Amino acid sequence: MTPFTCMTAIAAPLIRDNIDTDAIIPSREMKTVGKTGLKDGLFAGWRYLAIGNRDPMPDFILNQPGYSDAKFLLSGANFGCGSSREHAAWALAEYGFRAIVAPSFNPIFHGNCIRNGIVPVTLAIDDIMKLADAMPAPIHISLEEMQVVGADGTALPFHLPKEARRALLLGLDPIGQTLLEIDCIKAFLAKDALSRPWIYSN
Amino acid sequence: MSKTLFEKLWDMHVVMDIDSDAALLAIDRVLMHERTGGVALESLALAGHPVLAPDRAFATMDHIVDTRPGRGDATLMPTGTAFIQATRQGARAAGIHLFDITDPRQGIVHVMSPEQGILIPGITLVCPDSHTCTQGAFGALAWGIGSSEAEHALATGTLRVQRPGTMRITVDSQLGPNVSAKDLALHILSRIGSAGARGKVLEYAGSAISALDAEGRMTLCNMATELGAFTAIIAPDQMIFDYVQGRPFAPQGADWDAALASWQSLYSDPDARFDTDLRFDAADVVPMVSWGTSPQQSLALGAPVPTAQAVAGRDTAEAHARARDYMDVTPGQPVTGLRIDGAFIGSCTNSRLSDLRRAAAILKSRHVADHVRAICVPGSSQVKAQAEAEGLDRIFLDAGFEWREAGCSMCFFAGGESFGPQERVISSTNRNFESRQGPSTRTHIASPETVAASALAGVIAAAPVRENSL
Repeated sequence: MTPFTCMTAIAAPLIRDNIDTDAIIPSREMKTVGKTGLKDGLFAGWRYLAIGNRDPMPDFILNQPGYSDAKFLLSGANFGCGSSREHAAWALAEYGFRAIVAPSFNPIFHGNCIRNGIVPVTLAIDDIMKLADAMPAPIHISLEEMQVVGADGTALPFHLPKEARRALLLGLDPIGQTLLEIDCIKAFLAKDALSRPWIYSN
Repeated sequence: MSKTLFEKLWDMHVVMDIDSDAALLAIDRVLMHERTGGVALESLALAGHPVLAPDRAFATMDHIVDTRPGRGDATLMPTGTAFIQATRQGARAAGIHLFDITDPRQGIVHVMSPEQGILIPGITLVCPDSHTCTQGAFGALAWGIGSSEAEHALATGTLRVQRPGTMRITVDSQLGPNVSAKDLALHILSRIGSAGARGKVLEYAGSAISALDAEGRMTLCNMATELGAFTAIIAPDQMIFDYVQGRPFAPQGADWDAALASWQSLYSDPDARFDTDLRFDAADVVPMVSWGTSPQQSLALGAPVPTAQAVAGRDTAEAHARARDYMDVTPGQPVTGLRIDGAFIGSCTNSRLSDLRRAAAILKSRHVADHVRAICVPGSSQVKAQAEAEGLDRIFLDAGFEWREAGCSMCFFAGGESFGPQERVISSTNRNFESRQGPSTRTHIASPETVAASALAGVIAAAPVRENSL
């Protein structure tokens, strides 16, 4: 996973509530058994004129001038609801997004972001609308300072759980980290098998 | 000290604390399906990580497997066969239990798992599928994860988990005749919104919940992900213990006795504290249907589509207008009476035997309207076999329904089979998102009873109030 410390970039405003993972990457666009080859399918239902073709829908924000280098997405409440498909996070990451700024996130999607180097930034909708009104213009997101700095210099603090922040800052491989504790895990399992043998007797 | 059921389950599974609000939790069961599980298994193998406990991992074929009779690996979804074959190969290579396409145990993961006794009270269970909260209905801590987390759980037997907050919804008194767990789920969604339980472990309690059978409890918990919950949970009781006993993967003999003794302590202590505590009255719940493109946009059958002002606390004016335009409905207009093109009974929400029985009771000796394409997809091969043993398949077929093999089918559009653009569909599924059942289809979610009654009428319609039996 690519670490994230801070970055200055354009943010694409896609201010809608309840953007679900089917919208982020439709199931029909998940064509390969893998985590790549997904960026063309990102927002396919909104980004292209018709299913199956790749002719850009002119109204869609990512097809508009000034947003080709967007690394951040501004959005509405409950972003990433619906299916748990991690393909949504993979598609966003492969397209180049490094942070999503929204008033709230679906919990599974929130976790998927962190495991794929995308910062889920929670801000109030009024603050997000102010950022959106100034687009396209670069904003600064710092995970070290835990703040978003708008084009006008306004600093907006945000919160992220400690473990999530650490994983993003260091670009940690969670499996590798956890396997360092394998002795502790095996000791737990041995003890647990005595108190809950039915769990282990398939 | 008093504990909630969630806190008891959490404490039982902590391998080590990571920090004050996160822990490494032991994971008792990992479930997978071919849509997301194949990716996890392949990626894990590529990274060279073996599966720590293959005996406690299970895979099934449900999401993109064909549901038409005579199916094989071929599927209508372009490149879908690759997912099926990768999951099969990955599961075999890792030595995990596999319920393949022709296995009589095959089915939608959240239908198959309780049937097989994989789901038992008191366990942690994860699956890369957002509706894993269904399985909290038996007093397990069961939640949906991503593929990377599935890899983590398989490789390490654990997950790093941020401790969720707690919420209790108590539903007292009794649901009326013809009002089901699905209606209760949509009622709660319409009241507290699609982020109403965001990030919380939602415990359902109260006399109306105790009165639900095991399948009704699963239906209710299934929809918790539509509330944004981390998961839902219901304290297990004798009815659940009876349901579990004797199933293939359930504890047997001395293990059963020890397990049962342990499960009897799985409830929230009377003075346990929840971060949020809400109450509902089951007597207020009536048959429900969604009008918009989020499950929270639901209303009582017969009620008018709300104005943007009436739901301003939950839907922004933009979201309301967008849903209205997409669904082609107008505030003030009742959804009841809208002409439908399709009717679908299936999905991890409402495809169990009791669901099919209730729908069949309405369909018996009648026929769906000529212009309606009606499809019934049992949730598992076992549900299908049981339904056929009872003659339910004949009732569905005689009524003009298609009768399919088990799977997720047209609960969502995966690039193959779908309803048509702008077609209006009444569906026993869980999501009414834009294009969920096909490009530009308009989905109204409702109970199986309402789907059956609407299919007969050719318009969205209430089921007749009658005994829930054939």
